[in-house]
Amino acid sequence: MQIDSIDSGIVIDHIRAGFGLKVVDYLNIDTDNQTVAVIMNAASKKLGRKDIVKLENVTDLDIDVKALGLIAPGATVSVIQNHQKISKTHHDLPKRVKNIVKCKNPRCVTSIEAVPHIFHKVNDSGMYRCEYCDHILRPNEL
Amino acid sequence: MELKGRSLIEPLDFSPEEMDMLFDLAGQIIQNPDDYADACKGKLLATLFYEPSTRTRFSFEAAMLRLGGQIIGFSEPGSSSVSKGESIADTIRTVECYADLAVIRHPKEGSATVAARNVEMPVINAGDGGHHHPTQTLTDLLTIRLEKGGFENLTVGFCGDLKFGRTVHSFIRALLRYKGVKIILVSPDELRVPEYVRADMVSAGMEFVETTNIQEVMPGLDVLYVTRVQRERFFNEEDYIRLKDSYIIDLAKIKNAKKELMILHPLPRVNEISPEVDADPRAFYFKQAKNGMFVRMALIMALLGVTKEGESCK
Repeated sequence: MQIDSIDSGIVIDHIRAGFGLKVVDYLNIDTDNQTVAVIMNAASKKLGRKDIVKLENVTDLDIDVKALGLIAPGATVSVIQNHQKISKTHHDLPKRVKNIVKCKNPRCVTSIEAVPHIFHKVNDSGMYRCEYCDHILRPNEL
Repeated sequence: MELKGRSLIEPLDFSPEEMDMLFDLAGQIIQNPDDYADACKGKLLATLFYEPSTRTRFSFEAAMLRLGGQIIGFSEPGSSSVSKGESIADTIRTVECYADLAVIRHPKEGSATVAARNVEMPVINAGDGGHHHPTQTLTDLLTIRLEKGGFENLTVGFCGDLKFGRTVHSFIRALLRYKGVKIILVSPDELRVPEYVRADMVSAGMEFVETTNIQEVMPGLDVLYVTRVQRERFFNEEDYIRLKDSYIIDLAKIKNAKKELMILHPLPRVNEISPEVDADPRAFYFKQAKNGMFVRMALIMALLGVTKEGESCK
């Protein structure tokens, strides 16, 4: 499959397969007004299969890097201008995330009290623990 | 070591040395309880019980009264502004205007954390849903310490509802810090410990075994901690009925147990320990209940920073 490169924009690469649309969702990318390409299950030497998100003509997107690291650990964000890569950043699992995901434990106090949803990283496999109830969130629960 | 002004939300909030200090003080109170009759004179404890409780509430209230202090509070939320929809944060802020420290029990997990973050006064978690119950852990540890002198190299078995049993979660977390402790978890598959408890044990390098067979592990146990299957934690009554009688400890089951085994239970008991075990010297659960009041007296004194004469500690 031929996938065109973009002249200018942002490329979020090395997203684990199946999480491309979640990245678009969690980053609140304006899909009504922006040209967005989500490439799913592309071949990858490192991951086997990966997703890629391309945003055309966008270079100043305010990306929530913690959200990206949480949803797509190991993802890279490259900013392209006139076919030139002007920056590339790498995003791993953040140690702590606030108000990105909600606790799924129905018994957690966050279900009744107006407090921020805070999670702490348990390990590098992407497990997170709710600050209040200790409930473990796995990557596939995001 | 300074516990004055601090809160107890989960068992690792205090260092092992601070725990020892509390146990030493509890031991002194047990020896001479009358010496402490005025320790908290003029102090006010607020008890916020959003869930039913007999032992914990009574032991806190008895502890404060025996220290010469006084109590305000509610034992069910229907009799407070909580029934009008007031948040935990607002309730505790209001209570702080009147009391010197507060005890909270709430069905939501993490509720005590929210309470403690909204006030300057000490807050004690008396049970937050199926999460933690650190003062029961103080009781459990004190009972073991009085009998065995310490906690290292013990094999501790937990039997019953390990999923919703907050006393189990807190006790295991407290044991993570002691050398050579081995944990045996006996429960039906549906009531195994939550994943975070398992993650704690793995990251602490603690040796643990999960099994459904109490008989095969009984001979190796130094402590057997039995818990009730809690009807109030189930969303589905059918599941409760199916699981409630999974393990009933009777004399036949402890026949091959060690002579020095300690059988503990946070109480209340339903039928998970047969009454015939009560007279066995290995049954410690009623001593445990009594120790609960003494260790809570020590805790209240430490958090308020008062001496037995009622003076503030320097």
